[in-house]
Amino acid sequence: MTGEAMELNGGIESTGISHVIAGESIDVSHRAILYLEGVTVSFDGFRALNDLSFSIDVGELRCVIGPNGAGKTTMMDVITGKTRADAGTVFLGQTIDLSRRSEYEIARLGIGRKFQKPSVFENLSVWENLELALSGPKSVWHSLFHKRNSEEADRIDAMLRRINLIERPHAPAGLLSHGQKQWLEIGMLLMQEPQILLLDEPAAGMSDEETERTAELFRSLEGKHSLVVVEHDMDFVASLARKVTVLHEGRVLVEGSMAEVQNNAQVVEVYLGR
Amino acid sequence: MTRPKWYRLAAIAFLLLASLGRAFAIDGETAKQLGAEDGDAKLAAIQRLVGAADPAAIPLLKALQDDALVLVKGRLVIIDGDKAKDALSGASVDAPADQREAITVNNRIRAALDGAIASLKLVSPDRAERVAAARAVAGDPSDEMLPLIKTALSKETDDEVKRWLNQARALVEIKNSDPALRRAAAKLLGVGDIPQAKQILGKLLEKNPAGSFIEADAGVRDEASNALRAIERRALMPQIVATLFSGLSLGSVLLLAALGLAITFGLMGIINMAHGEMLMLGAYTTYVAQSLFRAYLPGWLDWYIVAAVPMAFAVAALVGIALERLVIRFLYGRPLETLLTTWGISLMLTQSVRSLFGAQNVEVANPSWMSGGFNLGADVVLPYNRVVIIFFAAFVVFLVWLFLSRTRLGLYVRAVTQNRTMADCMGIPTPRVDWMTFGLGSGIAGLGGVALSQIGNVGPDLGQSYIVDSFMVVVLGGVGQLAGTIIAAVGLGEINKFLEPFTGAVLGKIFVLIIIILFIQKRPQGLFALKGRMAES
Amino acid sequence: MDAPAMPDNSFYSRQAWLILGLFAAVVLFVIPALRLALPPDNPLHLSDYYLLMLGKFMCYAIVALAMDLIWGYAGILSLGHGLFFALGGYSMGMYLMREIGAEGQYRSLMPDFMVFLDWKEFPWYWAGTEYFSLALLKILLVPSLLALIFGWFAFRSRIKGVYFSIITQALTFAFMLLFFRNDTGFGGNNGFTDFKRILGFSLAHPGTRVALFAITGLALILTLLLCRYVVLSKFGRVLAALRDAESRTMFSGYNTRDYKLFAWTLSALLCGIAGALYVPQVGIINPSEMSPANSIEIAIWVAVGGRGTLAGAILGAAIVNGAKSYFTVAWPEFWLYFLGALFVVVTLYLPNGVMGLARRRER
Repeated sequence: MTGEAMELNGGIESTGISHVIAGESIDVSHRAILYLEGVTVSFDGFRALNDLSFSIDVGELRCVIGPNGAGKTTMMDVITGKTRADAGTVFLGQTIDLSRRSEYEIARLGIGRKFQKPSVFENLSVWENLELALSGPKSVWHSLFHKRNSEEADRIDAMLRRINLIERPHAPAGLLSHGQKQWLEIGMLLMQEPQILLLDEPAAGMSDEETERTAELFRSLEGKHSLVVVEHDMDFVASLARKVTVLHEGRVLVEGSMAEVQNNAQVVEVYLGR
Repeated sequence: MTRPKWYRLAAIAFLLLASLGRAFAIDGETAKQLGAEDGDAKLAAIQRLVGAADPAAIPLLKALQDDALVLVKGRLVIIDGDKAKDALSGASVDAPADQREAITVNNRIRAALDGAIASLKLVSPDRAERVAAARAVAGDPSDEMLPLIKTALSKETDDEVKRWLNQARALVEIKNSDPALRRAAAKLLGVGDIPQAKQILGKLLEKNPAGSFIEADAGVRDEASNALRAIERRALMPQIVATLFSGLSLGSVLLLAALGLAITFGLMGIINMAHGEMLMLGAYTTYVAQSLFRAYLPGWLDWYIVAAVPMAFAVAALVGIALERLVIRFLYGRPLETLLTTWGISLMLTQSVRSLFGAQNVEVANPSWMSGGFNLGADVVLPYNRVVIIFFAAFVVFLVWLFLSRTRLGLYVRAVTQNRTMADCMGIPTPRVDWMTFGLGSGIAGLGGVALSQIGNVGPDLGQSYIVDSFMVVVLGGVGQLAGTIIAAVGLGEINKFLEPFTGAVLGKIFVLIIIILFIQKRPQGLFALKGRMAES
Repeated sequence: MDAPAMPDNSFYSRQAWLILGLFAAVVLFVIPALRLALPPDNPLHLSDYYLLMLGKFMCYAIVALAMDLIWGYAGILSLGHGLFFALGGYSMGMYLMREIGAEGQYRSLMPDFMVFLDWKEFPWYWAGTEYFSLALLKILLVPSLLALIFGWFAFRSRIKGVYFSIITQALTFAFMLLFFRNDTGFGGNNGFTDFKRILGFSLAHPGTRVALFAITGLALILTLLLCRYVVLSKFGRVLAALRDAESRTMFSGYNTRDYKLFAWTLSALLCGIAGALYVPQVGIINPSEMSPANSIEIAIWVAVGGRGTLAGAILGAAIVNGAKSYFTVAWPEFWLYFLGALFVVVTLYLPNGVMGLARRRER
C-alpha cells in the first residue's frame, strides 16, 4: 500500500512554496495562503454565503463539509472567480486580491479546481487532455506556434502512470468510466502545478478501492500543495483525518479535528435535527 | 387632398362676389340656359345661379357635373337611375331614353362647376357642408378670396365654420402690407390648427441673407413667435400620445409574435426558426376565413375575424404539434441543430404557402367596424384596427397568464422550465408537456398572425420579417418570463417609435440593436434573469 | 512500460497530399487550358458559364472553411457570416466602381447611383477607393475589424449558444437594412454592378476571367492549408476543449475569450477574402447577400459535408451549390423544398455529414 502511494507521489515536481507564476509572487509570510473575509453572495434574496470568513495555511489539507445548500460550491465559485461576491474580500497570500480577477487569471495564479461533475474534454484524447492542462504559457499566440517536445511528453507520461491511464492514452476522454474521468480530472489539475487545489466531491461515484487510492493521493500531496476538499462521504473525510470546517447556511459553523466536529452538538443538530 | 387649381378658386371668389346682397329663388329662365348650346351662355347661367346664393341650386349643378342633367323636349330633367324628374319642380316625369338630349360639359365648364358647387356650400343650410367648405378654403386660400371670406364670416353664426374662415382670412392677411393686419393675422394663426401655419410663422422669424429680418415689424415678429409657441404647445401632447400609441401598437404586435417563442424557448431551450411561419399561417388562415365568409356568409362578412381567431389558433397549433412530434423531440439537447432544422422547416412552409396561394400578397380587409379611428386633433388619428390589436394582445397575455398560473398544465410548464430533470423525476410527463406547450406557443403565434393580417401585407414572407424582431424580444426579456417578455416587447416598440423621428426607421432599428447588445453586456440573461444555480445549465 | 507515443499529428497523409496536388493542377492548369487553349467548338472547351460557376463554388468553399473553423471546431454557430462575405465584396466593389471611370450611363466619374442621387462629390468613406492596394487592405480589415468589435462585446459578456446565433443574425439583418438605404452610399437595392475592369484588365476578357478563377483556386488551397494548420495546432485543441467544456478550459488557465475572438475574427477575415474574389467574377454585389437566409445556408453547406472536417466543408459547399444550380434551372419551385428537407435530414440522420458516411463505410 505504502509502496503504491510512494509511486503515486513519484512524478510530482516540487513547486516550492513561493512559486512565481505570471510574474506575481504569493506572499505567504503569515502562513495563510487563502483568505476569505466577510464574503456574502445572494441570489434573488437567498444568501448562499453569509458573511463567510475562512482561511487555509500553506500546505494544509482542509476538508469542508456541510448539509445541502450550506454554500460549499458557492464558496469555490467565489474563490475561482466564477461568481462575484456581493461583499467581502478574497485574497491569495497577503497581496493578491482575487475578487478582481477572471477565472483564467486565477487559474494561472495557481488555483486549480475540480468540479462536482467530472469535467474533461470529452472529444479529446486522454493524452491531449493532460497536454492542455500542462502548466506553461497559455496565450493564443503561443498556442498557435507551440511545438510538442519530449520534455512535455515525459511529464504527460509520468502523469498517465500516476492516474492509472497509461494503457489508454489515445482513447477519447468521453469513453472513460466515471471513476477514470475523476482521476483524469485530478491528473489535469496536477499538471497545472497549482498552489491550491479545490476539490468538489472528488470521490463521488468511485468504488471503495478507488476512494481509498484517492485519499492516499491527497495525503501525499499535503505539504506540497494546499488542498480544500469538499465531501459528503464522512468515511472519506475521516480517512483524510485533518482539520475539518463545517459550513452551514453560508457561514462557518465549527472548525476543528474530525473528532471534535463529530461530537459538536450544533453539528449534530444541523445534520440530524429538525 | 389635391390642391384646387387656382382658376377654380378664382371662380369661387368671382361667383360669390357676384352673389353679394342678392337673394332669388332658382330662376327657371337662368336654369334653362344651362342647357344652352353655347358654353359662354352656360357659364353665365352658372354664375347667375351662384349669384343667387341659393343652396337649392346645388343638386342641379351636381347633376350637370355628373352628366345626369338632360334636355327632354326642351325641359331640364335630372336622370337618377331609371327614374327621371323635372329639374326645377322635382316632379316625376316620363323621359324615354331616345328623347334625352345630353348637355355637353367641357373642361372649362367643369372647372366653373367645381368652384360654384364649393362656394355654394359655404352658404349651404347644412352645417357639415359649410364646415367642409370652410376647411377646404382654409387649406389654400388666395388673395382674391379675401372679400368672399369676409362676407361669409359676417353672415356665419357657427363657431367651427367661423374658426376655419378666420384661419383662411389670417393666411391671406399675414401677407398684407399693413403691420396691424399682419399682427392680428399672426395672432389668429396661433389659435388655429392649420398645418402650414407653423411654416409660415417660422418664415417670419428668419433673417434674409443680408442679415435683416424678413419681417420688418418687431410687433409682428413677437406675435408670430408667441403664436408659434402656442401651436407647438398644443401639438405636443397629441404628438406624444400618438408616438406612445404607435410604440404600444408595435409593441403589442411584437408581443404577439414573441410570446409563444419565449414560452417554448424557456421550456425547451430551443429556438424555433419556423415560429415566424406560424404567424404567416395565422395570417393566411384569416385570409381563408375571409374568403369563406365572402362566399357563404356575405351578410356576416364583418365578423369573419371572430371566426378567424380560433381557426388560426388551431391551424398554427396543429402544425406546431406536428413539428414537435415529428422533428424537434429527436433533437433535445442539441439547440443549434434544432435551430437549423426548424429553419429548414420554415423554408418548406413558406414554399408550400407560395405554391398554394401564389407568391403575391393576398388581400385581407379590415371589417368595417375596425376601419377609421379616433381623432385627437393636430392631425393625430388613432386607427381602430391598431386599438383593437392592443386590446387583443392584452387579452392573449391575460389568457396565457391564466393558463400558466391557474392550470395544472401551466404548473407543469413552469416546473419543467425551471428544472427539467427534477420535473421528470417528480413524475411530470415532460414529453406531453413539451408538445402541448409547443402547440400553445405556435397557436399564440397564429393569433399574432390574425393581428398582423389586419395591419400589414399578408404574403409568404410575412414570417421572415418578424422573426428577427421577436428574437430580440426574447433575448431582451429573458427566458421563460412573462413579465420580461411583455416589458421587452413594449419597450422595444416604444424605443423604436421614439427614435424614428430623429433617425428614420432603418437607423432606428440599428440603434435598437446596438442598445440590445450593450444592454446584454450588463445583464447577459435578459431583463428578468434567473440567478444562481438555476442560471447554469 | 514504454512511454506512449505522442498522438499522431502529421499534417496530411500521402494520399491526401496527392489529392490536394491533383486539385491544384486541375484548378491552376487544366481548367485554364480548357477555357483558353481550346476553340469554342471543341467539346472539351469550357464555357464562361461553367467557369463562373466553378469559380463561385470555390468562393463558397472558402466561406464554408471559415464557417467550419468557428462552428465545427469552436462550436460557435454564426448566422451572420454572409455579412463578412458581403463586406469583403463591397470593399472590392467600391474599387471596381471607381475603375469604371466615366464609362457609366451618365458619363460621369461618379458612380451612376451617386449621379442619380445628385451627389456632387464622394462621401468621406469613399476616399482612396480608387487605389487597388487600399482596396486590398480594406478587404482584409473591414470584415475582421467588425468581427473583432462585435466578438469582443459578445464574448466578453459570455453570450453563447443560440443567443449568440440569433444576435449574429440580427447583426447581418441590421446591416442589410442599412445597405438597402440609398443614402448609405453603397448603391441601395441595386448595390454595385456593371463593372468594366480590374487593374486595367477588362473583366469581359477570357484571360482576366481565367486569372481570377486561378487566383480563387489558389486562395482556396491556401485557406485549406491555413485552417488545417490552425486546427492541428495546440490552438485547435484548445478550441475543441472550450467547445466541450468551457469552464474547464478557463480553469485550466486559458483565456477562452481571446481564443474565441481569434477564431471568430480569422473566420470573418477569410469570408471577406472570399467575398472580394466573388464580386469581380460574378459582376454584382448587393445587400441581399446580407440577408439572414444566405447566412444560414452557409451552415448547411458545412453540415452536409460534415462538421469538424475541413474537406467536408469544401465538399458540402460544392454539393449544396451544385444542387442549387441544378434545381433553380430545372425545378425552381422545388429548390426550397429540397433545401428545407436537406436541413431536416442532415441534422436528424446525418449528424456527421457526407464525410461521416464515407468514414463509416471505410470501417
